[in-house]
Amino acid sequence: MAPQRSLHPQVAHGSVVIEVEGLSKIYRVADKQPGLSGTLKHFMRRRHRDVHAVRDISFSIAPGEMVGFLGANGAGKTTTLKMLCGLIHPSAGQVVVAGHQPQKRHPDFLRRITLVMGQKQQLLWDLPPMDSLRVNAAVYGISDRDAKRRISELSDLLELGEELTRPVRKLSLGQRMKAELLAALLHQPDVLFLDEPTLGLDVNAQARVRQFLADYNQRTGATMLLTSHYMADITALCPRVLLIHQGHLFHDGPLDRLASRLAPERHVRLELDAPVGAEAFAGLGRLDSCCDCEVNLRVQPDELTAVVAQLLERFEVRDLEVNDPPIDQLIGDLFRQGSV
Amino acid sequence: MRIFGLNRKIIRVLLGTEYAHMLEYRAEIALWALSGVLPFIMLSLWNGSDARDALGMDGVGLDRYFLSAFLVRQFSVVWMIYAFEEDALTGRLSPYLLQPLHPLWRYVASHLGEQLTRLPFAAVITAIFFLIQPNAFWLPSLGHFVLAWLATWMAFSIAFLLQSLIASLCFWSEKASALERLLFIPFLFLSGLLAPLTAFPPFVRTLAQWTPFPYLIDFPARVLAEQPVNLLVGFAIQLAWIVLLLPLVLLLWRAGVRRYSAMGA
Repeated sequence: MAPQRSLHPQVAHGSVVIEVEGLSKIYRVADKQPGLSGTLKHFMRRRHRDVHAVRDISFSIAPGEMVGFLGANGAGKTTTLKMLCGLIHPSAGQVVVAGHQPQKRHPDFLRRITLVMGQKQQLLWDLPPMDSLRVNAAVYGISDRDAKRRISELSDLLELGEELTRPVRKLSLGQRMKAELLAALLHQPDVLFLDEPTLGLDVNAQARVRQFLADYNQRTGATMLLTSHYMADITALCPRVLLIHQGHLFHDGPLDRLASRLAPERHVRLELDAPVGAEAFAGLGRLDSCCDCEVNLRVQPDELTAVVAQLLERFEVRDLEVNDPPIDQLIGDLFRQGSV
Repeated sequence: MRIFGLNRKIIRVLLGTEYAHMLEYRAEIALWALSGVLPFIMLSLWNGSDARDALGMDGVGLDRYFLSAFLVRQFSVVWMIYAFEEDALTGRLSPYLLQPLHPLWRYVASHLGEQLTRLPFAAVITAIFFLIQPNAFWLPSLGHFVLAWLATWMAFSIAFLLQSLIASLCFWSEKASALERLLFIPFLFLSGLLAPLTAFPPFVRTLAQWTPFPYLIDFPARVLAEQPVNLLVGFAIQLAWIVLLLPLVLLLWRAGVRRYSAMGA
């Protein structure tokens, strides 16, 4: 997926487009007990506590990379994205994005980035998307001719047509999200922050948005940092993932390595000729299930060869499969457990 | 050239879009225009009161003053705090902050779009007023009309900056609209909406002159109604308030944005 064209040559030639060093964010939030007495106490003497949303995280992203940002609700993903795009100021640490300190929100910086939030919209609700696009074109100083050409190109990629001249409130969620993407990309940013861009979309619409993002990355060489609760988004788009947990960066690297970190065991599925009791698998890994002729085991990778050999020797095996556990299941388990 | 991100093309496109946006709310805006008839209610109260002589205006003068007050109010009404508070609390402010245009321009454009939408409703109400009170009919000279338009626009600017100053407190308090009530009461009494400033005792008049409120309604209304008023002093004080408030708003905004936590976004 080599970039064919870069919007900003200096970024393409640089080795890092996002540099984060020791980044932290502490929110001060009011602490109120429930009930009347809590309300009175809160009124008389307001108490606050510090919430450490992001704790001392560091990473860097090269131009053109598509990086998945994973984490449970409240893990610190969105707070980090907000700091990277300059919406909020860090409590500590350094951030440099496209050569700028985001929190200064210099116009040159703002022209090079975009933030897409799946649950929020920038389009004017009562007007067709085309009106918002005209405003964006003017704000970013795009000539009418260029704006027309870019709208035409992006709407082709996004499969948007007459939806652009229909009031936003009349569009389906999927159509609205695609129009949001168009509005966010009209100024051809080379750094995209995408916060749950497929949230609430049906499977087909999710796939179309994913395909669009992949095409956009390929066409423009744009860098993307993407958060999503849908693992399909991450697995389809992001060779590299960052996993943030309780404000700490837990993993930075390829997705498959995250799977081995989260669950070092391999899954072995056996299909036998005849049913065998569960006790027969003692000492052959951890038994997940044993039902009729189908058996599921979890085995440590360094014991895998020996265990498979024993299974083939001891039982009449019709079929045998060895898999890594599904990444979405692992991350789902992780989020449910609440601890790493 | 851009002023806080603004240039002529943005003005044209933003105004056109906001006008189209406000037209979607035309029925609501018609009701708002109707709800601004307080000056007419006050006119009927003053006309039925023995205290009317204290105002130093004859019947026609009083009619014209309150009609002018109604028109000035129609084109200088500001609801910045409420719009901004909602945007700040729901996170709608976030995309505005990430564009190379100062977000306050968007609110200015919304207000101007709304004023354009109000225009026909205000014209109809004015026509009805003249049908009921034909003696009060007058057409201001072109010079007075231009001066009144300028005074009204400056009144709008002062009101907008005052509300922006309070709206910026949303970055700290989250519910700045409650503070707007502090402005509303003195505005109601000292702006000339309930009575021309001449109706108040001298010490209240003197006190009021040190506030921006008489320059929001009383001064532009008197200019429009072609009543005796010191134009030079009036415009100079309006300008002084703008020059005083503008840097305060920008400073408070800059400090506030540092505290913005992008709630709801």
